[in-house]
Amino acid sequence: MTFSRRTRIALRAAMAAGLAVIYLPLLLVLLNSFNRDRSFAWPPTGLTTEWWSRAWESEGARSALLTSLQAGAGATAVALVLGTMTAFAVQRYRFFGRQAVSFLVVLPIALPGIVTGIALNAAFRTVLGPAGIGFGLLTVIVGHATFCIVVVFNNVIARLRRLSPSAEEASADLGAHTFQTFRYVTFPAVRSALLAGGLLAFALSFDEIVVTTFTAGPGVQTLPVWIYANLARPNQAPVVNVVAALLVLLSVVPVYLAQRLSAPALPGTDRRAGGGR
Amino acid sequence: MMAPDLAAPSPLVRRGGVRSLASALHRHARLRLALLLAAPMAWLVLAYLGSLAVLLLSAFWTIDDFTYNVVQVWNTANFTTVFTEPVYRAIALRTLGIAAAVTVIDALVAFPMAFYMARIARPRTRKLLVVAVLTPLWASYLVKAYAWRVIFSQGGVLDWAGKPFGVSSPGYGTAAVIVVLAYLWLPYMILPIHAGLENLPANLLDASADLGASAGRTFRSVVLPLTLPSVFAGSVFTFSLSLGDYIAVRIVGGKTQVLGTAIADNVTLNLPLAAALSCVPVLMIVGYLLAVRRSGALDSL
Repeated sequence: MTFSRRTRIALRAAMAAGLAVIYLPLLLVLLNSFNRDRSFAWPPTGLTTEWWSRAWESEGARSALLTSLQAGAGATAVALVLGTMTAFAVQRYRFFGRQAVSFLVVLPIALPGIVTGIALNAAFRTVLGPAGIGFGLLTVIVGHATFCIVVVFNNVIARLRRLSPSAEEASADLGAHTFQTFRYVTFPAVRSALLAGGLLAFALSFDEIVVTTFTAGPGVQTLPVWIYANLARPNQAPVVNVVAALLVLLSVVPVYLAQRLSAPALPGTDRRAGGGR
Repeated sequence: MMAPDLAAPSPLVRRGGVRSLASALHRHARLRLALLLAAPMAWLVLAYLGSLAVLLLSAFWTIDDFTYNVVQVWNTANFTTVFTEPVYRAIALRTLGIAAAVTVIDALVAFPMAFYMARIARPRTRKLLVVAVLTPLWASYLVKAYAWRVIFSQGGVLDWAGKPFGVSSPGYGTAAVIVVLAYLWLPYMILPIHAGLENLPANLLDASADLGASAGRTFRSVVLPLTLPSVFAGSVFTFSLSLGDYIAVRIVGGKTQVLGTAIADNVTLNLPLAAALSCVPVLMIVGYLLAVRRSGALDSL
C-alpha cells in the first residue's frame, strides 16, 4: 500500500499532535512545580524552587508516601504468591472450572473500581466489623492484592506457555524431587516474569485511589489519597504540585525497568484498566 | 544457568520428610492441583466474590430513616428507585453519553496515530513511538486528572491560549470530563488498534493495489473492515473505564453527576441504594461486552 505525500504528512502531523496532547499536560505539571505564583496563573511570573523544599518538609506527604510503599509491598507480595499459584494451576492442569478460574482472576479489574471498592467496604463492615477488626492498612492491602493478582497471573502464565516441560522432566529423571526441580529449574525460568508481574502489581497498587478510599481506615492515607484530599486546599496547592511533578518523573523508572525485563512487562499487554477504575 | 550439584547432600535431601512429601506430591497430580488452588481460590472466592455477594444482597436491604443504619429487611425498593426516579435515569443516560463520546473521540484520535505507528514510521521510530505512547500509562492517574484541572482552571492555560482567539476555558463540567477521560484512556485505544494494524497481512494490501484500488479505496474496503475488531477491543477499555470513573469527574466535572459519583455519594449514608446503583454500570458493561463479542473483538484482548 503506497501513500500519497499528502497522506503521509497528514498522518505525521496527527501523530505529532497526539503526542503533544499526551505530553503537554505532564510537562505543565513539571513546570508548575517551579511556578512562583501560588494560584498557578498562566503564564508563570517567575520560577522558584521553594515549593520543592517545602514539599520535602511536608510531614503529610512523607507519611503518605510511606503508607503507599507499605501497601504496595504488601499487595505485591500477596499477589505474587497467589497469582503464581493460580498461573501454575491453570497452565499445568486440566480440571473442571478452569475457565471460571481465569475469569475470576480478571474480574476484580474488569469491574469498575468503585464497585470493587464498595463491595469490599460493605463486606468488611458486615463481616469484620462485628469481629472487632476495623479498617486499616491491612484492609487496603487486601483490596489492592485482589486486583493485583491478575497482572502477576498474566505474566507468569505467558511465560509458562512458552516453557517446554522437557527441562523439568530431565531434572526429575536425574533424581531431583519436586521441590528441587522447582528451585533449580522452574523458578529460574519464571523469575523475570515474576519481576515484571511484581513491578506491574506494585505500580498498580501505588497509583490506586478508588478501592483505597473505600478500604482505608481513618488515618491511613496513601499518596494518591493524600493528593486527592489536598487538591481542594489552596494553601497546599504548591506542595501537591511538587508531589505530582515527582510522580511524573518517577513514572520513567518502571518504563526503564520494564524495557530491560523484556517486552511482555509493558502495560497494555498485561495491565488492564490501570488502577482498576 | 548454573547446574546444581544434586549428588551432594543438600539440606533438602537429608531430611526424609521433605523427600517423602515431594514424592507424594509427584505421585498425586490432583493433590498438587488442590494445594496450588486452595489459597488463591479461598482469597478470590471468599474475599472477592463474597464481597460482591454481600453488596448484591445489601441492595435488597433498606435503611432506617432516622439512624441511617442498614436494616436487613428484604425489599426491592432500591431498584425501583434506581430505575424509575428521573434523577437516576438522567444520571445513567449522562454517564452513557459521556462514555460513548469518550469512546468515539478516542477511536478518532487513536486510529491515525496507530496507523502512523504501525505502517508509516520507519522501523526504528516505530519502537520508540510505542514506548512514547506507553510511558504515560505509568504516570499517576490522579496527576493526569490534576494537570487538566490546572489547564481548565480560571486564568489557566486554556484561557491564556484561547485569549487571542476570543475563546475561554469551558470551565469544570461535562465537557471537561469528556476531554479528561478521553485523555486518560487514549493509550488503551491506541495499543489494540496498533496491534491490529501491525498484524494486517501486507499481501492483502498489495493485492488490493494490484487490482487497481486507490489508497483510499484500499483503506475503506480492506484496512477498516479488518481492524474494526481491534477498535472494538479498545472501546471495551474506554467505554467501561469511563462508565465506572468518579475521581476524574470529581476533579474536573464541577457539579456533573455520573453513576460513579452517585454511588460514592450514597455509600456512607445509604449503602443499599449505592449497591443497587452500582448494578447499573455493571449491567451496561456486561451488555457492551456481549454486544461487541460478535465482532470478535474479545478474542484479541
